[in-house]
Amino acid sequence: MNPVNPVDPAPTGAGGTGGTGAYAPKPGAAPLPRMIAAQAVLETKMLLRNGEQLLLTVVIPTLLLVLFSTVDIVDTGAGEAVDFLAPGVLALAVMSTAFTGQAIATGFERRYGVLKRLAASPLPRWALMTAKTLSVLVTEVLQITLLTVIAFALGWSPQGSPFAVLLLLVLGTAAFSGLGLLMAGTLRAEATLAAANLVFLLLLVGGGVVVPLENFPAGAQGVLGLLPVSALSEGLRDVLQDGAGLPWTQVAILTAWAVAGLAAAGRFFRWE
Amino acid sequence: MRSEPVVQVQALVKRYGTKTAVDGLDLVARQGVTAVLGPNGAGKTTTVETCEGYRRPDSGTVRVLGLDPVRESAALRPRVGVMLQSGGVYSGARADEMLRHTARLHAHPLDVDALIERLGLGSCGRTTYRRLSGGQQQRLALAMAVVGRPELVFLDEPTAGLDPQARRATWDLVRDLRADGVSVILTTHHMDEAEQLADDVAIIDAGRVVAQGSPEELCRGGAENTLRFSGRPGLDVVSLLKALPPDFRADEPAPGSYRVVGEVDPHLLATVTSWCAQHGVLPDRISVERHTLEDVFLELTGKELRS
Ligand SMILES: Nc1ncnc2c1ncn2[C@@H]1O[C@H](COP(=O)(O)OP(=O)(O)OP(=O)(O)O)[C@@H](O)[C@H]1O
Ligand SMILES: [Mg+2]
Repeated sequence: MNPVNPVDPAPTGAGGTGGTGAYAPKPGAAPLPRMIAAQAVLETKMLLRNGEQLLLTVVIPTLLLVLFSTVDIVDTGAGEAVDFLAPGVLALAVMSTAFTGQAIATGFERRYGVLKRLAASPLPRWALMTAKTLSVLVTEVLQITLLTVIAFALGWSPQGSPFAVLLLLVLGTAAFSGLGLLMAGTLRAEATLAAANLVFLLLLVGGGVVVPLENFPAGAQGVLGLLPVSALSEGLRDVLQDGAGLPWTQVAILTAWAVAGLAAAGRFFRWE
Repeated sequence: MRSEPVVQVQALVKRYGTKTAVDGLDLVARQGVTAVLGPNGAGKTTTVETCEGYRRPDSGTVRVLGLDPVRESAALRPRVGVMLQSGGVYSGARADEMLRHTARLHAHPLDVDALIERLGLGSCGRTTYRRLSGGQQQRLALAMAVVGRPELVFLDEPTAGLDPQARRATWDLVRDLRADGVSVILTTHHMDEAEQLADDVAIIDAGRVVAQGSPEELCRGGAENTLRFSGRPGLDVVSLLKALPPDFRADEPAPGSYRVVGEVDPHLLATVTSWCAQHGVLPDRISVERHTLEDVFLELTGKELRS
């Protein structure tokens, strides 16, 4: 209790039917770890309960992986198709959760006053953002586990260092979260919904996910290579397909997006 | 007897672009229940949300439980419960789930099951928020405002759109909160609600407080009452007026319906009935009406519709 202005707990007059003390003030915030954990669990539940979100984060990446590995639709270069596709689909999974899913969900939370109401609760804003990040990470772990199992079933033989893969995934998550939150915190919810889906589709096609960047005109390749999803899928491919060490160019591109995106989101995000 | 103010607003000004929503508003709320009344667009929500720390005043000062709601928000938030005018819940969350979650953010929450029971939220079952009825959504928001055992709750139109039973349940809860020492600031359009619940009423119009006091004080404003009776149309009102003491007014606002306004007392009632007897009129309805808060409200804020 804050001592600045102690409130006299005695009822001030007639009119009440109760006065049993059940509602007597006893305010206080829960411990931070408990608040963050509760918030992260709720956010994850909301995400997993949402059918459209699941379509985006689970069904589409899984279908793409299975379909393109088993049917020869695009030329994926030399070697097993699944060795080319798995890194791209992992990048897509990260984008679908950290960017598309998070942007749409947060956009509607803002629109329906959820963020506003939470801002009046004892949960600090940074703790809400931490919880959102945790929920994104939990979802990604589920996605990556599922996709990895499927890829192995399709004959995937990954190379390289798990540490490099992890670093790329984390940087990709940071970059996509920044961009997703920037969109959710500045556009109207409907605009976010449309734009996030459009961007998802465009990057799916043009971001080196299932179509190799080499299939694009030389002039376009340089620009497309700078996109966060291309950097993530190319980086993952360098490691997982070719067994390279840390792909510094892609790490640098993702770091730049992460810093710019998160800074812009922090600066321009509007809670109402 | 009434202690330190729980909310103190001084010369608050809040603009949205060029539109001045709150225009030099002064409001003091003490322990107990304070009702904020006012027509649509009067600035109720803006005022309340400034107290909740959502808006920074353009000028003026706001203190809630002695704290600055923006600068000292971290200290204030756990002590205050908030019910927004609408929304505030994940569209995919169930009522009990959201209430339990809100409880988890507090150190000593109320018993969630008892609260669900009390506000009739048990019947919501597995229905998610977006499919709850408007009244169920309102009750959930109310439950979320009180579950953390706050010292002070802000309720923005807590009974808007509720059926009579739910409205009673909300009133009973507000009374119990008050009896247990929780202060309540609520906005409402229902005069009877303010009369029933509030220790203090503030009437806001065009961003200013135009009257503040207990419901009794406000209604006493004029000691005048109204006596109404019905008889055959076209009675001689001038003759009636002559029979009355000075300072009384009499008219026939609708054919066959008569009105006498002044300090109506038993003698006046006798005067009117004997005038009726003299004129062979049998009033088929006769009533004396105290001024209600609604009369005061309409007098102060005008009868025309607001934009
Ligand atoms: N976010 C906003 N942007 C611009 N104008 C606003 C905003 N919020 C409120 N207003 C304007 O400020 C004025 C006061 O609005 P407010 O919501 O405080 O009224 P209110 O008394 O709560 O009304 P109601 O009874 O309809 O809820 C209105 O004219 C409204 O149009
Ligand atoms: Mg309002």
